[in-house]
This record gives sequence, C-alpha cells and structure tokens, in this order.
Amino acid sequence: MAKKSWFLPAILGIVAIALPPFLGGYFQHILILVMMWVAMATGWNLLGGYCGQASLGSAAFFGLGAYGAGMLYLHWGISPWWGVIAGPLLAIVVAIPIGLVTFRLRGGYFVLSMLAVCETIRIIFLNWVEMSAGPLGIVIERTWGMEKLPYYYMVLAIAALSLYVVYRLMKSKFGYYFVSIREDQDAAEGLGIPSTKYKMYALIPCAGIIGLAGAFYMNYMAFIEPNTVFPLIISATMILSVMLGGPGTFWGPALGATIFVLLSELLRAFAGPVIGTIHYLIFALILVLVIMFLPNGIAGEGDKIKRLFRGKKPVYVGGE
Amino acid sequence: MAYLDINHVVRKFGGLVAVNDITVGLEQGEIFGLIGPNGSGKTTLFNTINNYYPANSGEIIFKGIPITRMSTHEICRLGIGRTFQVVKPLKRMTVLENVMAGAFLRTNSATKARDKALEIVDFCELMQRKDMPAKSLPIADKKRMEIARSLAGDPELILLDETAAGLNLKEIDAAMVIVKKIRDKGITCFVVEHVMKFLMGISDRVMCINFGAEIARGTPKEMSRHPEVIKAYLGEEYVKGK
Repeated sequence: MAKKSWFLPAILGIVAIALPPFLGGYFQHILILVMMWVAMATGWNLLGGYCGQASLGSAAFFGLGAYGAGMLYLHWGISPWWGVIAGPLLAIVVAIPIGLVTFRLRGGYFVLSMLAVCETIRIIFLNWVEMSAGPLGIVIERTWGMEKLPYYYMVLAIAALSLYVVYRLMKSKFGYYFVSIREDQDAAEGLGIPSTKYKMYALIPCAGIIGLAGAFYMNYMAFIEPNTVFPLIISATMILSVMLGGPGTFWGPALGATIFVLLSELLRAFAGPVIGTIHYLIFALILVLVIMFLPNGIAGEGDKIKRLFRGKKPVYVGGE
Repeated sequence: MAYLDINHVVRKFGGLVAVNDITVGLEQGEIFGLIGPNGSGKTTLFNTINNYYPANSGEIIFKGIPITRMSTHEICRLGIGRTFQVVKPLKRMTVLENVMAGAFLRTNSATKARDKALEIVDFCELMQRKDMPAKSLPIADKKRMEIARSLAGDPELILLDETAAGLNLKEIDAAMVIVKKIRDKGITCFVVEHVMKFLMGISDRVMCINFGAEIARGTPKEMSRHPEVIKAYLGEEYVKGK
C-alpha cells in the first residue's frame, strides 16, 4: 500500500511495448515467459502474500485455465482463444468449493490441503480420458504459427491486467481486510471482518488471474497434458518468485518472477549442457539465502539492501 | 430486560468450569466493572459474549436479540466491540491502517474510512503515532490503539479487557480519561480490570467473580470492603484482621 511514483512503471511499460519487435525469436520467447510468470506470481501474491493464505496447490488454477481453453477445442472445435474467458471461469468455479472447504483450516494444514487438492485434480485429468484426453494431452494449431510477437502483446496485456486488478483491490476495503486477516485472523473477526468470506474474495481473482495465464499457455504452447500443467513445480515457482521479490508487496512478485525466469534461462543455456537441471539446485540455495537475510523479499527489504551497499548501520526508531 | 443480558452462561474446558452460571444485566450507558483473581474466568466470559468460545449453556441477549449462536463478526456488526487482554495489533500495518480496518465495518469507501479513522485516532490522542507500524508501539499505545480500532466500528457496547494492565500510574490516568470520554459518547462499557485504582475511579457498578462464579456485586466502594472479595484476593485472615 506504499505510494509509488508513476515514473518507473511508465518507463517500464514503454520499454515493454516498444522493445520486443527489435528482438529475436528466442528473446521474445523469454519475455513471453517473463510476462506469464509476472501475472501468475502477482495473482498468487493476492491470496498468499496479502491475505496470508499461502497455497502450495495454485498449479490447479493454471491447469484448469489451460484445460478450460483446450477442452473447448477438443470437444466442440471452438477456438481456444475463447479460453481466455472459459479458462479463468473454470478455475474460479472449481476454486469456490475448494476454498469453502480448505479455508476452514489454518497455517500448515491449509497449505497441505491445497497441495492435496491440486494433486487430486491432476490425477483426475490424467485418468478421466473422455473429458481431458488423459495423458495423450490436447494439441491445437497455433493461430500465428512461429510468429511470437502477437503472443507477446497478448501476455503483456494479461500481466498488465493482473497488476491493475491487484492494485485496485489493494487500494480498497478489500485490501485492508485481506491484510488484517493475514496479520491476525482472530483480531480481524473481532473487528467485524467475516474472514472466510474475504478469503474467498481474495481467492476468486487469484484463481482467475492464474487461470487466465493457463489459458494463454494453452494457446501459446499448443500442447498440454496433465503432468505439464498441474505439477508441483508450477505452484512452487509461483511461491519462489513471490518469496524472492517480496510477499505482500505490489511490485515484488513481478520483480521476483522476472529474476526467476531470466536466471533459469541463463543457467539452462550455459550450465544446462554440463549439469542438466542444476538451476533448481541453485534456486534452492538462493531461496535459503533470501529467507535468511531478506525475509520480506527484495522489494520488502529495500531499506536493508540500500544500507548494505552504503555500509551504514541500521537506524532504529525508538518508542518514545 | 437489560441492555445486555447474560443468562446462566456456562463455559467449560474439559473438566474445568471456567464460567459457571453467570447471570448479569448491563444497563445502557453505564460503566460496568468485572473483577476477580487470576484465572477466575473474566476473559472467558468476554470470549463467550462475542463467541470466540461458544457458551456450553445459557444465553446472551443484546438489545433484545439473542447473540449466543451468532458468529464473532456478526456480533461485532451488531454493535459490540472489544479489546484484547493480550494485545492483538495488526503488526505490520500502521496505527492509522489498523483503525481504518475497524472503520470499514460501517463504510465501503476508503476515503470515508480514512476520515473516520483520523477522527478516532485524534479522539484517542494517538495522532503523533498514526504512521508508525503497530508492532513498534509501546504497550500503552498498543492498548489505546485497540480501543481506537474498536471505536472506529461505531460500537454501542465495548468490552475492555484489562486496559490498564502493565501501564504506569500516569498512563492509567490517561486510560481512565479515555474510558470516561467513551462513556460520554453514549457507549456502554464492560470493563475487566485488575488495577483497582482504575476500576474504582470510573465504574458505576462492579461484579466480582471467582472460580467462574459470582461472589459479590455492588458499587466500587462496597466492593472494596466486601469480605468475600477480600477473601478471594488476599485470603481468609485479612477479612478477620480488618
């Protein structure tokens, strides 16, 4: 809820719009991944960062969004672009009963229940072949062939929309109530905040945003199967991005997602041929260091980082 | 029928009867004190009023509406605010944001909530602290912020749980002024307190409980001489000694 000047976001926006046409296909692909993860981390942050309900099963919404788009084509031959409506809708419709059940749990129990829910959905999609085509997956024809730029602007719009939705929510009553629930659920109830209801209000846009990213993924990758859209690593990547950038901060998740995607591509490109999927190991190390030294993420510990570079001692503001 | 009616309320934790058949009625606009030794069930009684712990039996009626089975946030919306003995600040929010979270109970507009919160923060003399994170406040201000946060939701009855505990004499005087100001606004106060100076100075009526049951009731002055009260606090020999 900090007041930020619009200068930096405006510059970033102009660069994000103007730069990509001059880049090669590979870099456009990376920027597409960056924007997709920006949207997903921002969506996850709404429920996990601001409202304090960290979910280890958010890949469920991603997969449901992707399948919402893919199944339109599979069953009725409808363009998967309609998935940008059907995907988030399916994610939200499934999220509501899940939330009503899992929000009765607190802390670690909630985290684990969401993990179980996501795995259950993955197994359903893997085995209910008539509905989802099972492990064969769904293949579509890409609208723009190998052209990347239209996809980029599509996903840029999705990322911008998700940031806008979260920004507006956090400026309103919803934002104050989400943070109150995170800080102390009992105190929040005592202030007249219906906590389960407001957790649902955080879950719905969260599921919608992540589902939208999933629907985009279907259109962009042109192939999905349950193990690529419902795996734990997708949920974990959202959490890692948010933890790295700063949970409960506005720009943190976007920053974290950007660093995460760029770093993993770098590691894959240079270290990959030698040591395979070592980037996950390096991320694990980075995350341990971040949690130890910057528990509020890069964006949440701005002052600490500044002090580190200037070599000044921390200043404590006394009580009196 | 009284304004807040507590009828034969019982709350047990396993074999322990924390609140044992308490019956009391509060009148509108009064300051009603509740005293008792440690572990006598004062906070538990508060927790049953706004249903943090549901009562095992008995019923609680506020303004003629039975609230025994209502959820905590509904009871708050009906007009019962509270503070906590062990303070529960929304730690990483500023004082003003804490109070705004309370003010949103009666409005959906962030501007209106901010105006209301500023007014209440001023009323509780927290203006110079308004932009500090709640976790860095000293205890006296945390307690005052809890009162402010509760007042921001326009309660008609406020449950104050040990507002003076842990405060020094000067801070107690300041807290007494605020409670009197709250009463002058027409808000009924139900006060749990250990600090006798605080309770004797402000309350209209006092009830003393021990082991979950009522042992005496009366004006503050009567209570300070009541043999049962002295026995509960100091032991049998002090009753005779006096």
